[in-house]
Amino acid sequence: MAETPMKLTLQGIDLEVRRKGRGPALLMLHGGGGPISHLPFADRLAEQFEIFAPVHPGFDGSRLPERFDDLEDLVYLYLDLMDHLQLDRAVVLGTSIGGWLAAELAVRNLQRISKLILVNAVGIKPGGRDERDIADVFATSHAELTRLTWHNPALAPDPSQFTDAQLKIVAGNRVALSLYGWDPYLHNPRLRYRLHRITVPTLFLWGASDKLVTPAYGKAYCNMIPGAKMIAIDQAGHSPHVEQPDVFVKHVTHFAAA
Amino acid sequence: MQTWFFTEDAYPYLPDPSAYESIRVNLPNRNYDPAKGADLYHQYLDMWLAAEGNGLEIMVNEHHQTATCVVPAAPLMLAILARQSKTARLLILGNPIANRNQPVRVAEEMAMIDVISRGRLECGFVRSVPWEASAANITALRGVDRMWEAHDLIIKAFTTHDGPFNFEGRYYRHRQVNIWPRPFQQPHPPVWVTIGSGPSGVPVAQRNYIGAVFLAGYQKVRGIFDGYRDAYAAKFAKPAPINRLAYAALIYVGDTPKLAREGAEKILWYMQSNKVTPHHSNPPGYHPLDVAVQFMKGQAGILPAAPQLDDQMARGNVFAGTPDQVYEQIKSLYEYSGGFGHLIMMGQAGFLTMPETLRSMELFSKEVAPRLKALTASYDHGRAREIRAALPEKPLTQLGSFGLEFTR
Repeated sequence: MAETPMKLTLQGIDLEVRRKGRGPALLMLHGGGGPISHLPFADRLAEQFEIFAPVHPGFDGSRLPERFDDLEDLVYLYLDLMDHLQLDRAVVLGTSIGGWLAAELAVRNLQRISKLILVNAVGIKPGGRDERDIADVFATSHAELTRLTWHNPALAPDPSQFTDAQLKIVAGNRVALSLYGWDPYLHNPRLRYRLHRITVPTLFLWGASDKLVTPAYGKAYCNMIPGAKMIAIDQAGHSPHVEQPDVFVKHVTHFAAA
Repeated sequence: MQTWFFTEDAYPYLPDPSAYESIRVNLPNRNYDPAKGADLYHQYLDMWLAAEGNGLEIMVNEHHQTATCVVPAAPLMLAILARQSKTARLLILGNPIANRNQPVRVAEEMAMIDVISRGRLECGFVRSVPWEASAANITALRGVDRMWEAHDLIIKAFTTHDGPFNFEGRYYRHRQVNIWPRPFQQPHPPVWVTIGSGPSGVPVAQRNYIGAVFLAGYQKVRGIFDGYRDAYAAKFAKPAPINRLAYAALIYVGDTPKLAREGAEKILWYMQSNKVTPHHSNPPGYHPLDVAVQFMKGQAGILPAAPQLDDQMARGNVFAGTPDQVYEQIKSLYEYSGGFGHLIMMGQAGFLTMPETLRSMELFSKEVAPRLKALTASYDHGRAREIRAALPEKPLTQLGSFGLEFTR
């Protein structure tokens, strides 16, 4: 299904929001790998939702705003975006750092949010100071990252097949990810003390084979949000929406309808 | 020409490289024997003092989490030398200020060394190599911006003498800056900055600082030095003095061509032992995206498996031979590049012994250095340009990522 790109300028920053589908609003926030709204699972969701999928500045070849310092800058950009789009009772779905973003938005303002879906999300540090809760993606080989993040590595994108232009986008995504999550590493130490503010129904969907952000991490995260539930998706790693799109869409549909 | 003796203070007693992934960042320090390390520290300090005895200047640097350079705190090395040496200029190249959270502390350390040495400090600032991102736990993104902001704060700390000042920058904040001691040299010690591509030399030239290149070779030296000279001329409406540019190379002088070659082969350890991983060589934000792509494609990221001496000599990265040969090699690059007033001599690396190092140093000092001094004494900007223009570009093959870690 074709996406309709929407170019906005908010806070003086150029922002692309990809839209598709009809139905209740679903704000889709992608992870460190870049946009996901073109994938088959999103086509399926577009049959039931109107999807709004912003491209985080710095990703997919877009400019990283010079004044941005960390994820909070993105959080406030998207609070403005939700106002601009006049979202009403939107489902907010975020994968990986997109899930972290979703949680940060929700602790600040729930007025436009009806439900929250966090998919293999980062954002907290459940372990002690000596525990490496999430492998250091910036200091890990591509082969090892593939092993950690995929249940079926055969489904992982193969960079050796990429053109230089595609690799440049991947390189830019990595730079953007580092701006949003280098230190503190992929989390906000304050977030856990704010999560109690999330009073909308919240679902954690988690690829059971994710060795980067493990189901135990997801469980700890889930326990910090009152009433949140977690569903593990078998035979899927860090991207269950890619490895198990049918099961994934089924859970999203069921949760949104409940 | 001034020559600066330099060793990276390597710890070479390592297992076969097949036994480890990288010599930098993640090589477990169980491979480091502190008893051997102590002997090495003493040996290297003696080497620097011997350099002074031979009329050479002293240069130290620092790296972190690596066997290639076991000086994670160059100011400590320099503090010892500030007391033990008597006459040599003391160059630190440099302070990795983009990776140090307290620029004011750096200013204090430098001021102390300048005072202890009674004004012999040459204060270098560097952005750092990519492998330092994990070691420092500081993102490489905007490292250049952080370096210059830290520099601004340090220079202000050096030059403010009437009580505390306020500094609230984007990256560094310090509300009551008032360093004790202040530097011995006024207004502050000479400043050096490493430069890579043409654009990175511009802010260095505009501040009248010394720009230094590492492993630039014939392939890159013209572009880098031209960038500096153009920016200098544009800013000051006169040609850059020759002592504003520095060239670094691996150097071994021997009594015979055979002995020189043997020594140079040993120094080549520096290049041959740099087994590193692509992800540590390419932290996000360090390289321009096009260069990052080269690392991702695996065509880059690792130095040529076994850099060969003849090839590295042809590239101008190694000067090796008898005194006559070494002089001619340096003169050739000097003329090709348009001239430079400082030569940084990596005169020891790997398993090159103390006696071997000292012999090379002695030969250099007695037979090469005087000729280099005469060469720069007769420097004339117009004449240098003519000579340079008459020398055609050297055709050299690309070596993947070789030297890319010094891209600025």
